Amino acid sequence: MNLSYLLDPAHWHLTAPGSLPQLLLSHLGYVALALLIGTVIALPVGLYIGHTGRGSFIAINAGNAGRSLPTLGLLMLMVTLLGLGLTPVLIALTVLVIPPILTSAYAGMRTLDQQVIDAARGMGMRPWQVLTRVEFPMALPVLMSGFRNAALQVVATATVAAAVGLNGLGRLLIDGLAVNDYSRVLAGAIVVAALAIALDLLFALVQRWIVSPGLSGRVRARARRATT
Amino acid sequence: MITFDDIVKVYPGGGTAVDHLSLELPTGKITVLVGPSGCGKTTSLRMINRMVSPTSGRVLIDGRNVAEQDEAVLRRGIGYVIQHAGLFPHRTVLDNVATVPMLLGRSRREARAAAMELLERVGLSTEFAGRYPAQLSGGQQQRVGVARALAADPPIMLMDEPFSAVDPVVREGLHREFLRLQQDLGKTIAMVTHDIDEAIKLGDLVAVFREGGHLAQFGTPRELLEQPVDEFVAEFVGRDRGIRSLSFDTAAELAVRPPADAAQDGVELVLDASGRPIGWRRAGEPESLLATGGSFTGADSLRLVTDLAISSPVGIAVRVGPDGKADGIVRHHDLVDYLAARRDHRPAKPTP
Amino acid sequence: MINYLSNNSDIILTALRQHLYLALLPILIGIVVSVPIGYLGVRFPWLYHPLVNTCGVLYSIPSLALFVFLPVVLGTKILSPINIVVALSIYTVALLARTVADALRAVDRTIVQSATAMGYRRFRRLVDVELPVALPVILAGLRVATVSNISLVSVGALIGVGGLGQLFTRGFQLFYLEPILVGIILSVLVAGLADLAIVLVQRAVTPWTRYQHGNGGAA
Repeated sequence: MNLSYLLDPAHWHLTAPGSLPQLLLSHLGYVALALLIGTVIALPVGLYIGHTGRGSFIAINAGNAGRSLPTLGLLMLMVTLLGLGLTPVLIALTVLVIPPILTSAYAGMRTLDQQVIDAARGMGMRPWQVLTRVEFPMALPVLMSGFRNAALQVVATATVAAAVGLNGLGRLLIDGLAVNDYSRVLAGAIVVAALAIALDLLFALVQRWIVSPGLSGRVRARARRATT
Repeated sequence: MITFDDIVKVYPGGGTAVDHLSLELPTGKITVLVGPSGCGKTTSLRMINRMVSPTSGRVLIDGRNVAEQDEAVLRRGIGYVIQHAGLFPHRTVLDNVATVPMLLGRSRREARAAAMELLERVGLSTEFAGRYPAQLSGGQQQRVGVARALAADPPIMLMDEPFSAVDPVVREGLHREFLRLQQDLGKTIAMVTHDIDEAIKLGDLVAVFREGGHLAQFGTPRELLEQPVDEFVAEFVGRDRGIRSLSFDTAAELAVRPPADAAQDGVELVLDASGRPIGWRRAGEPESLLATGGSFTGADSLRLVTDLAISSPVGIAVRVGPDGKADGIVRHHDLVDYLAARRDHRPAKPTP
Repeated sequence: MINYLSNNSDIILTALRQHLYLALLPILIGIVVSVPIGYLGVRFPWLYHPLVNTCGVLYSIPSLALFVFLPVVLGTKILSPINIVVALSIYTVALLARTVADALRAVDRTIVQSATAMGYRRFRRLVDVELPVALPVILAGLRVATVSNISLVSVGALIGVGGLGQLFTRGFQLFYLEPILVGIILSVLVAGLADLAIVLVQRAVTPWTRYQHGNGGAA
């Protein structure tokens, strides 16, 4: 096992099918797609349950339930039922991405300081305004970390999905294993790990950027340092 | 005896928490450290059990420098009570109290038995023993905190705002019991509070601190009330020091008039068959009966007598003997005359 | 379905046994390693952020990638179960060390100071006071780690070692639904039971949490 596959410039050709950049791109594509669909479905539901308190049993246990689903099993189940192709895989990816987003949306809303919400209503904000201008921004930190978890989950699952025919970086791992080309396997492992780490860092930066400094504790820390 | 020997505490940022403090806390007495926020009282307290180390100077307990002793061993011999009790949430009340004895090596059974006794001593029924702190009210938790501090029978107790976190009614009760406990136990106690009334009520000696860690005055509560050393102490002690200082004298030497003298004010004291006062009757109104509002004995404070005289509908306070029988009256004017005479004859104390 | 189960019960049971071993051994290793590491992250404050960041990076590595990457580092064969155990141990430590550190940091300062003032020395204070109070949070993290591990083991089927994952690959290759369903159901069941077991342990070992508000008991 060596780095020959990774270092071979032929594999880095931007437009050649099966090249590292191509696989990387398709991998990112699946991640983005699954996250988008998952967020569209799970975020409103989670926010709603957290806001009203109804159906909280689902939201609390969704996280645990989702985590206990074996990803390979779910992928193979979908494909066996629906045949090869993008759709079954996408369904499986979405099913796996919904629980973390749902649970963190719920948790983000649930742990809000009720006094602040009360004050907002008392100032004359309509329910919709309270939701968008007060509750949502305050729930953002928890939401973002749930989103980060979901993203990592998808990257990992999309890798495994190569075993049921999906394109993407997992291809290098699965195909490499099949033909005992271990340098290909290693190349795939290194690139996908780098992708995951880079994505996590990216989301961490985005989180830092969009979450108000008043919430993240940065302002408090600065003030504390000034008075001692 | 606890001694602060020229203690200075300066923080790296530049703030002075304690500024050349020299103080002696006598054995067996309650010394209260009081002052506004940031005056160094808590910092000073915590130097006694080495939770804070002085920048310079020494803290001595019975002549031994605390810095030279093993800190854990030192602390096991000092009781520590803090504002929200700091009870261990994961232990039952009984095990909380038994903590230090077990640290000192006593067997669990012994420690728990002793803890049980202590719970009763601080006024908690034994049914609380198996409960967890989360199940207790604030006042109950505070009592457990005190019991826990007393468990190893330490000669010294440090108390940091121990009664501030409970509501005033509960606090009254805790004060009373605390004083009763101290009467039984006679520990050397150093207490911190920001409440000057609490300091005056509980302390045998009071040390008033100013912002920046300066000791403004150290003396008995009476000295603080009657002879504040400067503007700051006078302000801090409060506007009504005059009346409050009356708490420290009894009515033992207060001369009374015979009850019949009340006729001069147009009223008559009505007694029951055994001679106890029932009320006042106005001359010429045989049906009238005004309440006395209470009575005093020779052991009661002048403050009580003054209050009785002021709140009485006829302006007269009634004294009773140990059997409850009325044996004298004090009118407004008599009281004022007495206070004036007292003031004139009091020896002047040199201000430090 | 019934036929499948009765005909293949020994395969299923062997797979289950291997699955449990591969999932639970890393948990034990993880616990033993993360408590000291988590503690160090609190004892030496400058260690906290590097620790959290390292754990974060490790945790984000996709499972399959880690399974195949470890043979390079460890020198094991690529199809060896040791890769699974080590990989899952790494994930467990990455998750739990951070949990332990955060849980210890979250212990109310006044309680810790109380303990010090009563004469506790550092180590005994950790064992007698700080860890017990932090236990509910640590156990919550343990639940997550355990359930995740049980779920992740089956991915190992792609490198030939997978416990219940073998049922997935067999079913997929033969285009046969039953083994896949059995595998999923068993995996979820085992995860659920393990989760429940930890919840019961938590209730038994931390009885005081029942009375704290905002805790909802063993949630």
